[in-house]
Amino acid sequence: MNKIDTNAPIDDRTTAASDWKRGFDAQVSDTKTIRNRSGIEIDPLYWPAEGSDPAYDEKLGFPGSGPMTRGIYPSMHRGRTWTQRQLIGLGRPEDFNARIRKILKSGASALSMIPCNSVYRGLDCDEVEPELMGTCGTIINTVEDMDICLKDIPIDEVSVGLNDPNPFTMLAQMLVVAEQRNIGWDKITGTSNQSDYISHFVANHMFYRLSLTGARRVQMDTITYLAEHVPNWNALSVVGQHMQQAGATPAQAMGLTLSSAFQYAEDCIERGMDPEKFLERFTFFFDISISFFEEVAKFRAGRRIWARLLQERFGVTNPRALRFKFHAQTSGVDLTRQQPLNNVARVAVQAMAGILGGLQSMHTDGYDEVFTTPTEGPAKIAIATQNILKHEAGLCDVIDPLGGSYYVETLTDQMETEILRVIAQIDEQGGMFKAVQSGFVQGLIGESAMAFQEAVDTGEQVVVGVNAYQDDDDDTARPSVERPDPDWMQGQIDHLAKYKSERDQDGVTAALNTLRAVARSEDGNTYGALVDATRAKATQSEIIAVLRDELGFGQPLVVA
Amino acid sequence: MNQTATIPARVLVTKIGLDGHDRGSRIIAAFLRDAGMEVIYTNPWQKIETVVTLAMEEDVDVIGISSLATDHLLVPKLMVALKAANLGHIRVIVGGIVPDEEETDLLEAGVSKVFHPGSGREEIVVEVERLAREAAAERPED
Repeated sequence: MNKIDTNAPIDDRTTAASDWKRGFDAQVSDTKTIRNRSGIEIDPLYWPAEGSDPAYDEKLGFPGSGPMTRGIYPSMHRGRTWTQRQLIGLGRPEDFNARIRKILKSGASALSMIPCNSVYRGLDCDEVEPELMGTCGTIINTVEDMDICLKDIPIDEVSVGLNDPNPFTMLAQMLVVAEQRNIGWDKITGTSNQSDYISHFVANHMFYRLSLTGARRVQMDTITYLAEHVPNWNALSVVGQHMQQAGATPAQAMGLTLSSAFQYAEDCIERGMDPEKFLERFTFFFDISISFFEEVAKFRAGRRIWARLLQERFGVTNPRALRFKFHAQTSGVDLTRQQPLNNVARVAVQAMAGILGGLQSMHTDGYDEVFTTPTEGPAKIAIATQNILKHEAGLCDVIDPLGGSYYVETLTDQMETEILRVIAQIDEQGGMFKAVQSGFVQGLIGESAMAFQEAVDTGEQVVVGVNAYQDDDDDTARPSVERPDPDWMQGQIDHLAKYKSERDQDGVTAALNTLRAVARSEDGNTYGALVDATRAKATQSEIIAVLRDELGFGQPLVVA
Repeated sequence: MNQTATIPARVLVTKIGLDGHDRGSRIIAAFLRDAGMEVIYTNPWQKIETVVTLAMEEDVDVIGISSLATDHLLVPKLMVALKAANLGHIRVIVGGIVPDEEETDLLEAGVSKVFHPGSGREEIVVEVERLAREAAAERPED
C-alpha cells in the first residue's frame, strides 16, 4: 500500500527514515503517484544511502524532526502547499470586500488586510489630509468598517492576516465582529502580521505607533490575553522583512530576526508563560530577495538555528514549538521602474527561492509595486505566478529538492556561521531590545544599505534596465493609477460622523477612561481594556490617543 | 555672485504626510552630506507648515521630499505654502514612487525634478547642486 516503500531509491532501514515515512503517511492521504514528463516516478524525498554521509542525521536529518534543516513538517509541500496570502487593501471597506471576494474565488486561501496609512498613524478619516485617504489601504476606523470589510466572508473558515501594528486595534475590531456573528473566538485563526514592534522601531517607521517601552507593555499584554481568549491566533509574527528591505543583508536580517524572537521569548517567560506552549504560536515573516541560492540557504540555516537554539537556550523539547513557521514576501526593493514587466520574472525567481526554502505562506508582489499599491491585473499575475510554480513547474513534488547539493549545503553552513555571528553581536549588546534602543542595529543596517547602493552605483551589482541593458524607448506596461474618487471621501467622513453620533457616548467615555486607568496602573491588561473600548464603539484613533498619552509616542531613532 | 558656488548647498531632506518608509530619505541625506552639502534631515510625518518653517529658519536652497506611499500628492500644497511664505526661490525635488501622470502634475505645480527608483547617486548630487545654485541666485535680499 505504501507507495513510498515501492521503488524507494534508498535504503530505509534507519529509524529516522522510518519515522519520517510514518509522519509523511499520516499527513498525506492522497497517494497518487507523481511522474515527470518522461514517465519517471518522483519520490517525495531523496537522501543519501545508509552510511554514506555520517553527518546527515546531525546536520540535515528528515523533514519534521531533528535539526529541521529540510523542513518543519514530514510532508512539506508534497502534502500541503503554502498558503497564498496576498496583501490587499484599497479604498473603502466595501471596495475591500468586493476585491477580497474576487481574490478568494481566484484561488487565494487566506486573506490579508492592509489599512490606510492614516490608520497606521492612528488617525481616523476625519483627521487626515483628504488627498491621502484610502490611497494605500482600506479605511478601517470602527467595528462597523471592519464588519463591512468582512461581509459574507466566513471568518471562522478563512485564515486572516492583519497588517495591524501594536496596539492591535484591527484584531480587536474583528473579535467584536465575530461576537456579533456568534462566532466563538476559538474559531478565529490567523496572524497579526505586523506585530513586531522592535522591527518597526528599527526599520519600518510606517508601523511605529507607541514608544518602545509602551509597545513592549502592550505587546506582552496582548500575547497573554490572546493565549487565553483566542487560542488559535498567532499573536506574534517576528519580522525580518523590514530590516532586509531597509538594507540588512539576508544573513543579518535572519540573525537580527532570531535575536528579536529570543527577546520576545524571554519577555514571555518573564510573564510566567511556558515556552513549550507559547512558542507553538510564534511565526516569522521574511523578505525573499532575488539572490536565489543565498535566500534558500538563509531559510534552511534559519530553520536549523531556531530549532537548536530553542533547545539550548530555553530547554524546549516540544517539536511543535521548534517549528520555524514562516510567511515570506518577494522583495519590492529588487523591482525596477525601468522595463517594469521584467518584474514578473524577478518575482517568479524570488518566489522559487522561497518555495525551495520551505515557506508556509507567501505573498508575491505585483509587477507594478514600484508605481503604486498593486492594481488588479498585476495582482492576478502575482497569484498566477504561484500557481504556475506549483502546478506546472512541479516545485512541490519533492521536499527540499536542493538538499544535498554541494553548493547549497556549503552555503547553508556558511550562512549559519554568519547568522550566528550576528546573534552573538546582539547578545553582546544585552539582547535585541537594548541593541535597538542604543541604535546599534540601526547602524549595522545603515552600513549595509549604503554598501549595496554603492555596488549598484558602481555597476558591480548589475540591475537589468537600471545600470545595464537600458532601453530608452521602454514604455511597457506602465499601469494607470487610479486614485479614490474624492466624492466618496466625504461619504466616509459622513459615515464616521453618523457612527459617532449614534453611539452611546457615555459608554465610550467610560471605556476609554478604563483603558487609561489600566494603562496607567502598570498592572492590569491593556488589551482586554482595548477590546472593551472597541466593543463600546470607540474608534481606533480614540483608543490609540489614550495609549499614546499614557505610554508615550516616541520618535524613531535616526542613525546616520 | 560667484561666491555662491563656494558656499555649500543647504538641503532639507524630509517626508510629509503619513508614510514612514525612510530608507530612501536617509540614504539620500547621507549621499548629499558626503558630497559636501549641508543637510538638514527630519523624521517622517512632517506637517507642511513645519517644513515651511524649517526651510525658512535653516535658509535652505533645496527641499527634498521622499515619497514612497502617495504622500507626493500633498506636494502641490507645499508649493503653494512656500510661495505664500515668500520662499518661492527654494527648489523642491521629489524622490520615490511617483506614477507618470502624477509626475506631470508635480512639475506643473512647480516641482523642479522627480527622481524615480534607480536614479544614480551622481545624477542626484549633480542635479541638487545645480538647483541649489539656481535657488541661491534667486534668493531675495533681506
